[in-house]
Amino acid sequence: MSTANHLPIIQVENVSKSYRRDEIDIPVLSNISISVPEGEFLALMGPSGSGKTTLLNLIAGIDRPNAGQIIVNNTALGALRESALAKWRASHIGFIFQFYNLLPVLTAYENVELPLLLTNLSKKEKREHIEASLELVGLADRMDHYPKQLSGGQEQRVAIARAIVTDPTILLADEPTGDLDKKSAEDIMTLIDRLNTEFKKTIVIVTHDPRAAEKARKIMHLDKGELSS
Amino acid sequence: MRISKLVFKNMTRHKLRSFLTIVGIAIAVIAFGLLRTLVDAWYAGVDASAVNRLITRNAVSFILPLPYSYRDQIARVPGVENVTFANWFQGVYIDQEQFFARLAIDADTYLNNFPEFLVDPDQVEAFKNERNACIIGERIAVTYNLKLGDIMPIEGDIYPGSYEFVVRAIYRPRDTKTDATQMLFHWQYLDERVKQIAPERAGSIGWYVITISDPDKAAQVSDAIDALFANSRAETKTETEAAFQQSFVSMSGAIITAMNFVSFVIIGIILLVLGNTMVMTARERIGEYAVIKTLGFTKGHIITLIAGESLAISVLGGALGLVLTYPIVDVFGAALPSGWFPVFEVKPETVVQSVSSALAVGVLAAVFPVWRATSMKIVDGLRQIG
Repeated sequence: MSTANHLPIIQVENVSKSYRRDEIDIPVLSNISISVPEGEFLALMGPSGSGKTTLLNLIAGIDRPNAGQIIVNNTALGALRESALAKWRASHIGFIFQFYNLLPVLTAYENVELPLLLTNLSKKEKREHIEASLELVGLADRMDHYPKQLSGGQEQRVAIARAIVTDPTILLADEPTGDLDKKSAEDIMTLIDRLNTEFKKTIVIVTHDPRAAEKARKIMHLDKGELSS
Repeated sequence: MRISKLVFKNMTRHKLRSFLTIVGIAIAVIAFGLLRTLVDAWYAGVDASAVNRLITRNAVSFILPLPYSYRDQIARVPGVENVTFANWFQGVYIDQEQFFARLAIDADTYLNNFPEFLVDPDQVEAFKNERNACIIGERIAVTYNLKLGDIMPIEGDIYPGSYEFVVRAIYRPRDTKTDATQMLFHWQYLDERVKQIAPERAGSIGWYVITISDPDKAAQVSDAIDALFANSRAETKTETEAAFQQSFVSMSGAIITAMNFVSFVIIGIILLVLGNTMVMTARERIGEYAVIKTLGFTKGHIITLIAGESLAISVLGGALGLVLTYPIVDVFGAALPSGWFPVFEVKPETVVQSVSSALAVGVLAAVFPVWRATSMKIVDGLRQIG
């Protein structure tokens, strides 16, 4: 069952990307075009070095293509300058990392609060958003815990709460279960699935893990920088 | 939570490192303050000089005398308001270690030229009326526990013999720049003794102190005075009091230059200490900066985080150093032999220099880490995680 409608929220058009290492151009993506409808749950799979993380980074606006264009939520990312792109990310994208990337000096509550520092919400509104997010990921009772006091699965839950606290349209997850045991990975994927089905978030995940990809409505394979299915 | 809280939390992440950096900055600020105070103490006489006072001394050397008879001729020079004189007496009070200025002066006129010496008029009268009376500065009275009516026995060296002076007045300094460590007595009393022990030295004084009506005409008045005694047995050199004091400072020019140099080297050391800390900090957190940039934080936020931490450390270190500078300067001043530096205190300029140096160091130490963190591509920063 797909929750997607047919309006594309992410359009990747003829995108190529290469990196330059020691005077050598290393192609990573070659003329990729994909269209992701709003409400879609897409899994990008492929072996290491296939370019899936690079594609995710381009969609997130944290990297720029060498050719082609990316339009997300009707915004051509290539037209935005760095500061505008940062603001755009803050309001449209929730990013979930493989290694959670919580700030160790901040509590779970404060880590989730981080993206809200960029908003004009009142203190009360911020608290409501943070508590709702932590409640949703099942960590309402761990708000004052520091990352080192949490398990890997709990840290990833906090990272998900941080990604959704601003209520972004799109969630991007780079190997969200890559650093977790089987049980925790299942829990995280169930949570991500819920965000898609229940909260209508458009989700793109990058994963090696077929079990994680099973939750997605659509799976695309990348190989050597090209879409293979 | 505000971003300032994150700055504070980052600062306390490596408590020992931050603490040692703060202490390092504090020690450097103390050393800077102490050296600046030492240099300032050297210049205290110059700073305390009045703009309307000239000093006329023997043109050959300061240690050679001038005839007392010049006084009336100087007084007639246009632009001269008052003329008085003084003579270096020195002598030994208690022992050789007790060093402070002991001057034979013209009791009737000297204080008129030094309004910065505040004396009770009754005490001035008592001083003038007694041949072997003396006036002492407040700090001398405190240091040697002297009060009005006490006797100060002094053994003469330049002017051999035993002298006994009665303390009849104690002057207070008008401000912190004023030397409160002088002892002044009647030149006439000394001259009487000189007539008995070395008649050929009688009738001589050390230098004239001249108050002029218009400080802008100091050069013309000086030239006019020196012209009076050109080609005489004792030619004169007249200059402003500041220039006269400066000539003493210049004798220690190399030492002062070295201290000035070292005091600014210390600022460089602070910069290296903090710079090293901030470079390490930024390198460790490069992945975190990439993460928060991914969340939508801008270059401005990264600058705030790094420069804020650098400034917080430098301000804390600077403040701690500044607070400790005062008691340490006091202890150092007390440990110096008596009378070496009549004025030894932290000047407001030193405070401003210390604070501004700490702030400048805080900003400069952040420049490289900020450049590195802001110019880093997010994807490159994220690769360093995991």
